[in-house]
Amino acid sequence: MSSNSNSRGFGMTATPKAGQPAEPPAEPAPELLPADAQVDLTEVRRETGIDEVLDSLDRELVGLSPVKERIREVAALLLVDRTRARFGIDSPTPNLHMSFTGSPGTGKTTVAIRMADLLHRLGYLRRGHLVSVTRDDLVGQYVGHTAPKTKEVIKRAMGGVLFIDEAYYLYRQDNERDYGQESIEILLQVMENNRDDLVVILAGYADRMDEFFRSNPGMSSRIAHHIDFPEYTVDELDQIGRMMAEQLGYRFSEPALTALRQYLEHRKRQPRFANARSVRNAVERARLRQARRLMDGSAPRVGFDELTTLESEDLLASRVFSAAAEQDTMGNE
Amino acid sequence: MRITQGTFSYLPDFTDEEITAQIEYALRNNWPLSVEFTDDPHPRNVYWEMWGLPMFDLHDAAGVLMEVNACREAYPRHYVKVNAYDATLGRQSTMLSFIVQRPPDEPGFRLERQEAADRQIRYTTHPYAADRPTGERYDGS
Amino acid sequence: MAERWNAGVIPYAEMGYWEPDYEPKDTDILCAFRITPQEGVPPEEAGAAVAGESSTATWTVVWTDRLTAHEHYQAKCYKVDAVPGSPGQYIAYIAYDMDLFEEGSIANLTSSIIGNVFGFKALKALRLEDMRIPPHYVKTFQGPAHGIVMEREYLNKYGRPLLGATTKPKLGLSARNYGRVVYEALRGGLDFTKDDENINSQPFMRWRDRYLFCMEAVHRAQAETGEIKGHYLNVTAATMEDMYERANVAKEIGSIIVMIDLTVGYTAIQSMAKWARANSVILHLHRAGHGTYTRQKNHGVSFRVIAKWMRLAGVDHIHAGTVVGKLEGDPAMVSGYYSTLRDNHTEADPARGLYFSQDWASLPGVMPVASGGIHAGQMHQLLHHLGEDVVLQFGGGTIGHPMGISAGATANRVALEAMIKARNEGRDYMKEGDDILKAAAKRSHELDVALATWGDISFNYTSTDTADVVSTPTTAG
Repeated sequence: MSSNSNSRGFGMTATPKAGQPAEPPAEPAPELLPADAQVDLTEVRRETGIDEVLDSLDRELVGLSPVKERIREVAALLLVDRTRARFGIDSPTPNLHMSFTGSPGTGKTTVAIRMADLLHRLGYLRRGHLVSVTRDDLVGQYVGHTAPKTKEVIKRAMGGVLFIDEAYYLYRQDNERDYGQESIEILLQVMENNRDDLVVILAGYADRMDEFFRSNPGMSSRIAHHIDFPEYTVDELDQIGRMMAEQLGYRFSEPALTALRQYLEHRKRQPRFANARSVRNAVERARLRQARRLMDGSAPRVGFDELTTLESEDLLASRVFSAAAEQDTMGNE
Repeated sequence: MRITQGTFSYLPDFTDEEITAQIEYALRNNWPLSVEFTDDPHPRNVYWEMWGLPMFDLHDAAGVLMEVNACREAYPRHYVKVNAYDATLGRQSTMLSFIVQRPPDEPGFRLERQEAADRQIRYTTHPYAADRPTGERYDGS
Repeated sequence: MAERWNAGVIPYAEMGYWEPDYEPKDTDILCAFRITPQEGVPPEEAGAAVAGESSTATWTVVWTDRLTAHEHYQAKCYKVDAVPGSPGQYIAYIAYDMDLFEEGSIANLTSSIIGNVFGFKALKALRLEDMRIPPHYVKTFQGPAHGIVMEREYLNKYGRPLLGATTKPKLGLSARNYGRVVYEALRGGLDFTKDDENINSQPFMRWRDRYLFCMEAVHRAQAETGEIKGHYLNVTAATMEDMYERANVAKEIGSIIVMIDLTVGYTAIQSMAKWARANSVILHLHRAGHGTYTRQKNHGVSFRVIAKWMRLAGVDHIHAGTVVGKLEGDPAMVSGYYSTLRDNHTEADPARGLYFSQDWASLPGVMPVASGGIHAGQMHQLLHHLGEDVVLQFGGGTIGHPMGISAGATANRVALEAMIKARNEGRDYMKEGDDILKAAAKRSHELDVALATWGDISFNYTSTDTADVVSTPTTAG
């Protein structure tokens, strides 16, 4: 074999080998820090970009201070875990499955999306997308239908967050043979075995979720973080309304602001109130009325101010006020 | 013997990490993946059993690996392979296919020769495993 | 206008073959010719002369033209560009109406376009650089008997180039010894082995004996590996009758593939493509002889045109260059050939020698074959330059392995799979190629020995056929 270099034929040129063949470079293992090293945590925060996510949470989500507090805690834990790892301190993967409880419109889905992004930036989730499902996406209607459906959803959520809205519908107390139970069992298995692969967030009304956890202790024990989303105060709703209007390119006139506040106070006491979602609907309807007012108005010429201002009449025409008046009258009688 | 079907049969059997890396390559190309198994490794056995349907719209390799492991658990002595498929015009075919599990012992194939006229020989490749009914092959006894 | 029909000789350009305002129709066949006119001949006149001589004209005015809708049949030279950096050379663009050609006939197409005109005295040299075949005409051809996708599905081999080797020595082996080489190479890990182009039916080994021994080898290797294997049995012969006879025997004894040489001619190639589709046998084409007219830059026919004709004619495999091996092939040019053979649509790309956009109207792709002076140590370069849909043929690089043919085959297969694995894992395999091979060699003695034997051999010569827009010739890197 060694004589082979002599037997090269016509046209073959050998490029000389530079010394001994080098060992293939080893995988660049992360260098461990010595025990007396110091790490600047602000630097670590900056690298991961979590401050951006936390800031935008603060900026764009009104209120929810207990929720934001819990998110900061989770972020801090993961950040410290990362830093511990640099010193070679082993930290077991924390359990981050969560339940989000609260009334409709209190920001559960929005926070779940942010949570997915945050966990991705902190290296806990590989992809950071959110797959949002309800019972219908998980549970089939025939024998043998449920397992593939649930697994299909789980596989799509791998690397991200699986958000199950109104999760308690998975369990039907009155029907022991309900296929939902099968789905719950598959979920439990994945929540236990694939902690590195996905985070499950169960969402819904607090009381019904409590009941669900009571009947499914296995599920309860696998949820590490129970986060309650409080009802918004009128002040917060007011702020939300202004922000929404601003995002749409509107502002409320002074009298309109007073009307908005009155509106919210009334609406909050009325049935089917859905927090931020109700505010959004109110703003949308005010837009409609404003447009109608401008079209029907006596002055056909309008400018920037007219086009961007919501007046009190745009709100006061709402049925919320007439319903409230009715209620008051009835109360007086 | 070692059956050398599939894209990577001349390399040592892949670890789960190596399988994951190949699945990620397929996902980056937007190729759905599927898992198949068989106990008849004849080179012309095109249709291995499907372990569920092809997996569309996945973001992450873990979901495929989960199915690979479920299939390996259910059929610990079968051949199991992972396929990646490209549905784009002009291809519409498999793009990658590699074995992720083999029976502990691979007895291989018997080559049967039927002598015919003119020195012609008719050849048949017969898997030794196929001498036993399906489900009872490769049971190690 | 009347002078146009006076008896005598008038310039081609004035006979209607030079039409700078002509806008080619979607259905026209377009050609790009590199012309080198004799001194004193204006390039437009030379271009018009090529258009005329390759369509309706003769050297003098004929009144019988007036019995026809002659303008319809006249080829039209619509553009002449000087070639940058090559004084005296021009690219003449000529449009031909589809009516000039018989449907589905390479023989008729080529008799027109390269029939008489290459001997034309007014030109010092002439080269057909590229052709745009409109989908309307493409659809009159059968196209590859099976194509890349069907071949892979039949072989059950995906995600990597296929591996082959030509049996060596080229001449002199007895049928029995020949079959031994085939068995060892296939058993060691190759997908295909191949007859050489000049192995037909000579006194030292008649065709039927070779076929019988080769098929024993193929089936034995198949049983030893559990993989589908093939040997390209060369059916090239003196007559069509002989070729059919050989091909039919090959099919009957179980061969999945046969081969022919380009020397059999376009009509025989089209016949064999029909036979191959009807009999479910893959058709390999060795481009024997092409270098006589494809290599020189100023005269002949570019290989990209041959590649187009062969895709229309219907072969499944064709040798198309290696970039890094011992035979001619500029990387950019070879890349253009590979696109021409494999893609459903190619955009015009002067840097790769592609003068026209080409739409293949879903005609299947032809599997290019890279053969000649390549070895396992170049695996990263081969994958980088040639991609995945290719047959890499390591003849000497398999049979010359110090541990034997089977070990040589294994070395190539290990190197290939290791490189594909690394590529899929997202590694920069061109940069890390040597390391990837060395790491794989740690677990494969066969590859280790192959790298020690050939690892440092390369063929760095300047290519003769390069793109005009590239000022310096490129070498493989």
